Amino acid sequence: MSTSSRPAIKLPDRTLLLLVPGIVIVLTLFLYPFLFGFILSFLSHQGPNLGNYTKFFSTPFLSETIWTTLWISLPATLINIGFALPVAFVTRRHRFQRALTAILVIPITLGTVLIAEGLLTYLGPQGWLNRLLLMLHISTSPVHLTHNYWGVFLSLVVSGFPFAYLLLLSYLTGIDPALPQAAATLGASPWRRFIHIYLPLLIPGLAIAFCLSFVQAFSVFPSAVLLGAPAGPTRVISIAAYQAAFEDYDYPMASAIAMVMAGVQLLVVALALTSRNLFYRGPTTGGKG
Amino acid sequence: MTELQPTTQPHPAEGRRSQIFQQLRLEKVTRSFGGTIALSGLDLTIQSGEFIALLGPSGCGKSTALNCVAGLLPLTDGSIWLDQQRIDLMPPERRGFGMVFQNYALFPHLTVRRNVGFGLVMRRMSKKEVRRRVDAALDLVQLKAFGDQLPGRLSGGQQQRVAIARAIVVEPSVILMDEPLSNLDAKLRLEMRTEIKRIHRDLQRTTIYVTHDQDEALSLADRIVVLNEGRTLQIGSPEELYTRPANLQVARFMGYRNILELDLERVEQQRVFLAGPDFRLEGIACAELAGRRAFAAIRPDDFLVTINEAGSRPTGARNSILGQAEIVEYCGRDYLVDIATSSGLLLHARTQRRVEPGARVHLEVPEERVLAFSAA
Repeated sequence: MSTSSRPAIKLPDRTLLLLVPGIVIVLTLFLYPFLFGFILSFLSHQGPNLGNYTKFFSTPFLSETIWTTLWISLPATLINIGFALPVAFVTRRHRFQRALTAILVIPITLGTVLIAEGLLTYLGPQGWLNRLLLMLHISTSPVHLTHNYWGVFLSLVVSGFPFAYLLLLSYLTGIDPALPQAAATLGASPWRRFIHIYLPLLIPGLAIAFCLSFVQAFSVFPSAVLLGAPAGPTRVISIAAYQAAFEDYDYPMASAIAMVMAGVQLLVVALALTSRNLFYRGPTTGGKG
Repeated sequence: MTELQPTTQPHPAEGRRSQIFQQLRLEKVTRSFGGTIALSGLDLTIQSGEFIALLGPSGCGKSTALNCVAGLLPLTDGSIWLDQQRIDLMPPERRGFGMVFQNYALFPHLTVRRNVGFGLVMRRMSKKEVRRRVDAALDLVQLKAFGDQLPGRLSGGQQQRVAIARAIVVEPSVILMDEPLSNLDAKLRLEMRTEIKRIHRDLQRTTIYVTHDQDEALSLADRIVVLNEGRTLQIGSPEELYTRPANLQVARFMGYRNILELDLERVEQQRVFLAGPDFRLEGIACAELAGRRAFAAIRPDDFLVTINEAGSRPTGARNSILGQAEIVEYCGRDYLVDIATSSGLLLHARTQRRVEPGARVHLEVPEERVLAFSAA
């Protein structure tokens, strides 16, 4: 594979200078704060040690936030991917696909706070949804969808679904349409074309979409505070970090929590990407064309 | 190998797909894309076992026609019949036609064996039967050693053979090929052409072959359908099309590179007398001729080229033209010479003898090789 990967450029190549702004931004805005937080997380009143981490994992009030967050973000991510796939599949060559795409992009541009505020009134006890349910006699008392698990869950779906949809749509349209056509001429029904052709070719896309959606959902903060029950069922890990930093003014502890958060995300992403390697991940076209 | 012999009956498990049929009939098959007509009223009756080539320039509607037969494009108008059964409303997976795509459309995530066996698995055949038939098909296209590779690692010619094997292994009643050789280099194209001919001879499967290359169509097909801008120009055997093109467009496509607009002097039954600025031509009428002008179509290889430094017509020469060689292309077996007459008319001729650029030459052409078409 790498027989001729040596670039044919002579070293001081001035075009390499174009990399400098990018490298500076990565260093100053990502790498430096990350390393700073990483080092800070090992500092406590007794000097450098693992105290913050032992405190995190030995205090259920803190360590349980990992499970609370996973319990919200994993189902939300799976639901988003699970719904986005069929919707993208059905609309991929639909006349209204562009209009639908435009509508679905809106939640992404609105931002999570606005979505949370909107859902708060819409899903609340006096909101339209509950009024409609009561009016149609589907329910006799208002359904509690805010200030609990479901409020956060729904906001993650509203903000995460369009993102998953757009990602999967681009992966789907990248698959050579001649492949399912060839499968059809060989006797494959639409369902079997999906199972045997589309799905295997989509695995890398699904893995990437899962990772990006999950990372977004795992770092949920505004909607967990606004729509959830931040003292109890939706006390996600970012709330714990926030409280450590701005209520206890314990920056090293907050940094440690952030590091744990990053670690969990990294672990899940690594698992998803490793499982992707068990499948085919080459080009999605059917010939040398 | 037994599976792919000519007289094989279809496997019972695929009875509904590859029935033995007498005729595949296209009746006024029309397809338009948003108002533009891509294919207009194609009428064609194909006998079982026939090799049909759809020939025409790009955008002529030949691929559209093939996709309509395959079921990948719904018709705008017309119908397609397999004997008494109307099939144009059937989804492609129920037609049981094998198709070879222009870019091969091999499933990139499946090995060569699984690609070839795909149609058999879709027909729910037993694992043992699938293995046996895939082996036979890979033998046929001489790719047995590559069975466990992914198609992306094969060369273009090998991929093309996998595509053919995948289409024929299910013993389809009709094989559809969409420019299968256009992505190959010249040498491989010739080899694969022979391969396709051999497979058709061995299996005797009805084949519809789309191409823009008249050599491919002439060498492979029992009958050729010439299309242009969605309309059928001529349907006939390769010999018919080659010696008697129905009109100028077909003639152009059949390699009549010299199309000369000349004065029509007189017509005597089939014989036509034409006059150019500095030569006269006698030919045969290929259409009703009227008016004062007509077109003469002559193939480059029908000219007899002689060096003529004297610059005067040899006595007794008929259909003779004097000119000067301008561009000489060496083609291995012969030379392709562009010749300008004294009035500036440019002619293309082939000759076995070397001609120097600038040499004065004399051209002669037999009357029966000059085809005259009306100027309308």
